[in-house]
Amino acid sequence: MGYYISGILTICLIYVISNVGLSVFTGFTGLFSLGHAAFFAVGAYTAAILTYFYNVNFYLALLAGGLMSGLVALVIGYPTLRAKLRSDYFAIATLGFGEAIRVLLENLSITQGARGLPGIANYATLPVVAAITVITVWIAVNFTHSRQGREAIAVREDFVAAEMMGINIFAVRLRSLIFSAVCGGIAGGLFAHYISFIQPSMFTSYLSTQMTASVVAGGMGSITGTVLATIIFIAIPEILRVASIWRLVAYGLLLVLIMTFRPQGLFGYRELSLGRSWKYLRENTLMRAKGRK
Amino acid sequence: MNPPATFFSGFELKSLLGGEPLFIQTLITGLSIGGIYALMAVGYSLVFSILNFSNFAYGSIIMLGAYIAYFSFVKLGMPMGVALVLSILGSAALCLLNERLAYSPLRKRKASALYFMISAMGTSIFLENLVYATIGARFYAFPQEFTGTNFEFMGTSIGMLDLFAIIFAFVAIYGLHYFLQNSRTGIAIRAASYDIQVCELNGVNNTRLIGLVFVLAGGLAGISGMFLGMRYMVYPTMGWITSKAYIAAVIGGLGSLPGAVVGGVILGVLETFVSAYVSSVVRDVFSFSLLVVLLMFMPTGLFGKYLEEKV
Repeated sequence: MGYYISGILTICLIYVISNVGLSVFTGFTGLFSLGHAAFFAVGAYTAAILTYFYNVNFYLALLAGGLMSGLVALVIGYPTLRAKLRSDYFAIATLGFGEAIRVLLENLSITQGARGLPGIANYATLPVVAAITVITVWIAVNFTHSRQGREAIAVREDFVAAEMMGINIFAVRLRSLIFSAVCGGIAGGLFAHYISFIQPSMFTSYLSTQMTASVVAGGMGSITGTVLATIIFIAIPEILRVASIWRLVAYGLLLVLIMTFRPQGLFGYRELSLGRSWKYLRENTLMRAKGRK
Repeated sequence: MNPPATFFSGFELKSLLGGEPLFIQTLITGLSIGGIYALMAVGYSLVFSILNFSNFAYGSIIMLGAYIAYFSFVKLGMPMGVALVLSILGSAALCLLNERLAYSPLRKRKASALYFMISAMGTSIFLENLVYATIGARFYAFPQEFTGTNFEFMGTSIGMLDLFAIIFAFVAIYGLHYFLQNSRTGIAIRAASYDIQVCELNGVNNTRLIGLVFVLAGGLAGISGMFLGMRYMVYPTMGWITSKAYIAAVIGGLGSLPGAVVGGVILGVLETFVSAYVSSVVRDVFSFSLLVVLLMFMPTGLFGKYLEEKV
């Protein structure tokens, strides 16, 4: 039972890493990516191939996976972001990109095609994953509070005004994309070394959709919201394994319901903080107490 | 363990001198695939031109259309024409239902395109997995004697299916074009694609107009679903073939119907040539690269209207 719980927790945290990365991109620049599974896959394959065929140190391989993803993001992001595509065009470009990467993985011999790579060493234990998650979230929070993060918010809210203030839209978006790709790549590397088997069909557009959905459901621009939404989206279906087919049906329905009834997501643009929650609780109870008098 | 000796196994350049018959045959197949892409791209672009968002649920409507066609044609033994009509009507009804349940509440709140897109994605996951949970993941194929018939024409053998697909796709697109150009409702739809608010000020009932647009898009989904099912079999995730239609629509320019037709035909023909003369593996990579290269030089696609987001 303990093994089961730690397994769910590990998977949750791995997705937290990739989704926090995506949150920095989508939540803070307002651009949609429907191909983020590709970055996850590139990181997973790079890291796995390095440890599997070349016996590279796990942490170095993980880093290489992240860097490789970042490089891929640079290659895809440079032309598409340079052209300042409107968001629908960008979303479809990333959709095509995700599919193209998957087809490549199915046909490269180093990735062993559709058979996948079995028997990858199981290095990603819960403490390792937890430590990397904490570091990633800390960097992401700092990243969004830096000059870069503020510029990104300005671009998201009104890119014409932001450009007039002298913000380089292209640079801001590209930096965010590369950051999210590196996070995705590292998460992918951890995933490969936790599941110990990867194949291209694991990284379909369904995974991309799920990542984007967690960011949106958590609230665009809220890192804590993303973390919480990811845990809810990953853990609850895992616990409800019984109805394994119907959980995806419910998941789709849930997305539509969230959009219809609470479109700002769980937290909107705000972050969850203990201080504010306490204040909220106290004010509400006080208000109610006063009302009773 | 040793890494494999060769790095890439996918490419093998087939003979470029395949002879004339192969060329014509490839062209016909390309046109039929392109025609179906064009149908899907038009349905998708039609919704985009009015509501200005990417309707990602469209793929699953097409998938359901294919299931309706398959079950009425093969299981219930109806003639092909009836199956096609049922598929068109069923998809149109589903598309309308989709709008009323998933988009209409957002529209009333004047939500941004982002929320529409997520809602569409949710609908698509919901429908795909509903089919998966109820009908199952089995692949259903239309009977061979129907999809595999060929006839000889000027020394090349042409598939009956290809010919039917080309005819139906272009008749449907022409019919839609005629309707949009000549009827009062068609004029209202074209007006709404420029400015939906002014259109309402001029006395058009927008709720009904949007409903009609979704019914039209659903009808096209029914036709394309049936032909896709005949070509690639019927299964729950077949809606992902529509990502090609999205790419086609972007190549032509989102929201532009002539663009969607041209983009669909170009993509279908080029893809078929790439898979016939180079390798079927690079086909999907090719279509994506085509998209990126085109967008670099023409950020609005071939016939795109808008560059900036509508505020």
